Amino acid sequence: MMGERIGIEVSQAIAEAAMLSNVDVVAAYPITPQTHIVEHLAELVANGELDAEYIPVESEHSAMSACLGAVATGARTFTATAGQGLELMHEVLYVASSMRLPVIMSVANRALSGPLNVWGDQSDLMSVRDTGWIQIVAANGQEAVDNIICAFAIGEDRRVLLPVMVHVDGFYLTHVIEPIIMPSQEEVDQFLPPYDYPLPLDTERPVTMGAFAPPVLYPEAKKAQDVNLRGAMPVILEHWDRFEKEFGRKYGPLEHYRSEGAKTLLLTMGSIGDTASAAVDKMRDEGKDVGLVQLRLWRPFPFAEFRNAVRDADLLVVVDRAISFGGPGGPFCSEVRAALYDEEKRPKVTGFIAGLGGRDITVAGFEEMVARGMEIAETGAEQEYEIYGVRE
Amino acid sequence: MQNYNVYASRLVPKREPFAPGHRACIGCGEALAVRLACKALPQNVIIANATGCMEVVSSQFPMTAWRMPWIHTLFENTAAVASGVESALKAMARKGKRPDTGTKVVAMAGDGGTSDIGIQALSGALERGHDFLYICFDNEAYMNTGIQRSSATPFGASTTTSPAGKMSIGQKTWKKNVPAIAAAHDIPYVATASHSYPFDLMAKVAKGVAMPGPAYIHINSVCPTGWRSAPDLSVRLGRLAVQTGVFPLYEIENGKYKLSMELPELKPVQDYLKLQGRFRHLSEDTIREIQQRVVEEYEKIKEKAQ
Repeated sequence: MMGERIGIEVSQAIAEAAMLSNVDVVAAYPITPQTHIVEHLAELVANGELDAEYIPVESEHSAMSACLGAVATGARTFTATAGQGLELMHEVLYVASSMRLPVIMSVANRALSGPLNVWGDQSDLMSVRDTGWIQIVAANGQEAVDNIICAFAIGEDRRVLLPVMVHVDGFYLTHVIEPIIMPSQEEVDQFLPPYDYPLPLDTERPVTMGAFAPPVLYPEAKKAQDVNLRGAMPVILEHWDRFEKEFGRKYGPLEHYRSEGAKTLLLTMGSIGDTASAAVDKMRDEGKDVGLVQLRLWRPFPFAEFRNAVRDADLLVVVDRAISFGGPGGPFCSEVRAALYDEEKRPKVTGFIAGLGGRDITVAGFEEMVARGMEIAETGAEQEYEIYGVRE
Repeated sequence: MQNYNVYASRLVPKREPFAPGHRACIGCGEALAVRLACKALPQNVIIANATGCMEVVSSQFPMTAWRMPWIHTLFENTAAVASGVESALKAMARKGKRPDTGTKVVAMAGDGGTSDIGIQALSGALERGHDFLYICFDNEAYMNTGIQRSSATPFGASTTTSPAGKMSIGQKTWKKNVPAIAAAHDIPYVATASHSYPFDLMAKVAKGVAMPGPAYIHINSVCPTGWRSAPDLSVRLGRLAVQTGVFPLYEIENGKYKLSMELPELKPVQDYLKLQGRFRHLSEDTIREIQQRVVEEYEKIKEKAQ
């Protein structure tokens, strides 16, 4: 049976993707805007559609901790969180990656307090940038579903063994109903091998997991972790290729939209890419030479593909949905700048921070940012970045 | 048979799942308690350990003192990690992904990781009813980071963050009653134990781990470094804690209290306090106050046990 296209809320679709992946343990705590994902998982377990242990933990810290225990015991494990919840998990995230425990987690990206704001932006995503997880950013519901399934294949691959986050923009994706092709169980079973952790906690073969490392060993452990995460890149591409062969949908670290030969490129990450593409269409119709590049793989950062994709442009207009306070502006933009610094031929980069805390970015907004970016490229700017659309 | 205990040591397993060669301080009561507890555990056990003294002394990479599957991740989340391990075993056995060997799960943590930073995860796990045994090895302060007070530090003890001084008697609060908190979750088994009563300790650990559902054991563990006591007095101090009523040994099985030994008369707390430098500064008035409180608390437990 092939998958069929249905209208479904993206959160529910994510939960069903985890079910299709045959997870054994789900540990979760509710938090807006992630709630619908774990609610639906609880329903699936309650109705007997998903045979898994559902642990309704008392905090996100414990959610991730329980996931660590489950994965280390050899169970396929899933959780979801957002914003403050991701912050509460923060220290546990480092443990998952350093112990090479492939927990798979969807993050419904959300603003961080204060002021309290439950709406979507990518401040939480940026706050966990350096936790050593593979991070895939979905631009729509279909990508989210497909990449949850890919995440299990990637994270559990013995050459990788790393936890994976699949980011979806809070509300913009989590709470919308989209037409999504849900893969069939047979297809997923064929694509996804069973989880087989090489050295699980087992009384037949006792292992010590999570020993501490003194200064003579810690840097070596950290380098090994970095080498491992960077080395995951070809394996990620391999699984995406395999996914394409099986399901016909192609994924890569970057997505290009009318970017071929464009002198000005918009650079986005996440669901705003869809609006940006509409803006590109409009500007193209007006004869402006503008294209769009969307980043899908945030960690490991696809340096080579990225440099290649933007080499021939004169200007990059980067749109961030997070602030690095008192720093270079948006964290996305500053990484992009760093990636290009040593290039002989490189575009000028202008950074905008927009859409914080659920503030919409419209087609007109992208047009304005492109126009202002061109102006800055010509005349220079007073500071490294601009925050778009803030009422003064 | 009379005096059965005299011969019981011969019945203790020879195996040492907590291997010699770890890096605990001399006279460490906690290492002794861990060793005894591990001997009492069945062989099919997975241990989740919190950050703390025992993790630090037993697991410096690439060495390990653990001859059983063992996982340490963080300080405050041991009960949650154990929840995950237990759930994984359950799900995988049900789905035929791993043979059901009846593997048990044991969580171990110190008093800081239990009574302070880890209490939320502990409460959550007890409330959810996971089938696991949680053992708190209570040496009454944060000992692996120095000697800082925890909520399990006894009243009047001088630590580096509750130092005795002109304006302070040291720790100003009474020891948090974690066994009572655990019992308030209506779990099937709660007990207190001491390394100075090894057969009692081992019997309780064996009982707790066999009990379906959550079990909690609070083990008093003498710390010569933090208590400022002579290393050769650890076993004696543990015994005195029990004999003075400072640390009564009891069990709460399905809500029913039972004292673990007959103490016709409590020894004066002075006998216990005077062997420890952390109480050196206490005035007679304060010692009287402690004595009074100890008797009151002991009577409360005794009453519940009747």
